[in-house]
Amino acid sequence: MKIKQISVFLENKKGRLYEALKAIADHGINIRALSIADTSEFGILRMIVPQPEEAKKVLEEAGFTTKITNVVAVGIKDEPGGLAGVLKHLYDADINVEYIYAFVEKSGEKAVVVLRTNNLDKTIDLLQEKGVHLLSWEEIKEL
Amino acid sequence: MFWDKQLECIEPEKLREIQLQRLKEIVKRVYEKVPFYRKKFDEAGIKPEDIRSLEDIKYLPFTSKNDMREAYPFGLFAVPLSEIVEIHTSSGTTGKPVVAGYTVKDIALWAEVMARCLIMVGATKDDIVQIAYGYGLFTGGLGFHYGAQKIGATVVPASAGNTKRQIELMKDFGTTFIACTPSYALYLAEYAKEEMGIDLSTLKLRIGSFGAEMWTEEMRREIERRMGIKAYNVYGLTEIIGPGVAHECSAQQGLHVWEDHFYPEIIDPETGEPLPEGQEGELVLTSLTREGMPMIRFRTRDITTLHREKCACGRTLARIERIKGRSDDMIKVRGVMIFPYQIEQAILEVQGVEPHYQIILTRPHYLDEVEVQVEMSKEIFSDDVKTIETLRKRLEKKIEQTVGVRVKVTLVEPKSIPRSEGKAKRIIDKRNLK
Repeated sequence: MKIKQISVFLENKKGRLYEALKAIADHGINIRALSIADTSEFGILRMIVPQPEEAKKVLEEAGFTTKITNVVAVGIKDEPGGLAGVLKHLYDADINVEYIYAFVEKSGEKAVVVLRTNNLDKTIDLLQEKGVHLLSWEEIKEL
Repeated sequence: MFWDKQLECIEPEKLREIQLQRLKEIVKRVYEKVPFYRKKFDEAGIKPEDIRSLEDIKYLPFTSKNDMREAYPFGLFAVPLSEIVEIHTSSGTTGKPVVAGYTVKDIALWAEVMARCLIMVGATKDDIVQIAYGYGLFTGGLGFHYGAQKIGATVVPASAGNTKRQIELMKDFGTTFIACTPSYALYLAEYAKEEMGIDLSTLKLRIGSFGAEMWTEEMRREIERRMGIKAYNVYGLTEIIGPGVAHECSAQQGLHVWEDHFYPEIIDPETGEPLPEGQEGELVLTSLTREGMPMIRFRTRDITTLHREKCACGRTLARIERIKGRSDDMIKVRGVMIFPYQIEQAILEVQGVEPHYQIILTRPHYLDEVEVQVEMSKEIFSDDVKTIETLRKRLEKKIEQTVGVRVKVTLVEPKSIPRSEGKAKRIIDKRNLK
């Protein structure tokens, strides 16, 4: 149930985000979800794409430092309190969230939340046990 | 291994006799043949016969890089131009370059001292020596060339640059000995791995001789690891002869100076006074046997320490420590003297960071600011902001501890700092000090 996410180191310099995105666009790679963590010095671009290994190769050829990290994608009903319920489970089990970002799927019925925690295996076991829907890699590709 | 064991392990007293004899001869010769020296000696009120002991060398005036520029092009030659068989120049970063002229005997001397260097680190006639120093006016390429030929090794005169071909040559020819600048050695290893999928440590390379720029022990270890070799430090300068003035032995504990030909002194760079053995200062060299262009008390601007105790390798010739800095490279930041090598050392101590960096000096509001740009490498990249921030702060702290000045570290994308195929440009000074 782990999903591969690609992270890219970006200097806070004009055009770097554009160049990273253009590199993968030129290779016909579509982005499913994206977020940027930034400081005043640098940023980390995190993306879910259907072909992470290919994206990594393309970005490295374009001179970027990248890393593939495992995350989980949680499907939540698009209504108030949906995410809070999931976080409550993690909180009770003493699992810390390192970062989180969300997007709403095309049909608009469901929100997808990408999560990275300090213990991914435990997170997966816990959320499955609690009946939370974790998206498989196939489901991600079809989004 | 020794090229000339008797000489390299000579009794100190015997050496001093030879040095004094040669010093007297060369002082007399330059006084007679080079108007530049005659004028300087006369101004200082010294005659060649005043040199009665080696200590008397301190009465002779220094020769500076500026003197050499004023004597441009041939003002320091001690023989007619027709006797000069080769000319080299040093990279003149400011003003005129420094010109050096060699007679047939000087070239033979150069080959001799370089041969001593190569044999000292274990090279033999069976070695395939790839010389990736620039050939041409720069002394690096030809100096090594003459020495490697003298010992009968197979010379591959690759010259500097064309990195891909360098690596192909190493692989196809089975190069066992590499000579180039240390920053280029690291670049070769990186390029081989990244662009060609070749791990240089799996090739036949076994020895490397690196110089022409400052480097650190950490860089040595890095080069040794990446190339699978023993890496040695070579020292030399165009004004004296080129590479081959001094070289490390297998003990890697300082560089033996071939002091039967090049007489070393350490002076206080501010006062010009000779310093006692073991004290750090500026290296001053006198060429005792050069014909074409003898140098009397040349101020190298290189900061080092001289040691005279016998070395583990058995040689009695004095050793200089790895060059610590150049007075020209010294940067004064908020009144504090710092050398780029200190910053380099600090970066390398914080593990895992590739040694690619650049120092940028600015003075936004009457106060100097130092930014050190360090390249982010695949090995240390984390997709966690906190981890990267911690690394950045560790770098800042370590550099501040080492140089005593607060700096700002910026992590930059890989390969965004220009790579050098010759000497690395480490400092960008944007301060307007006019």
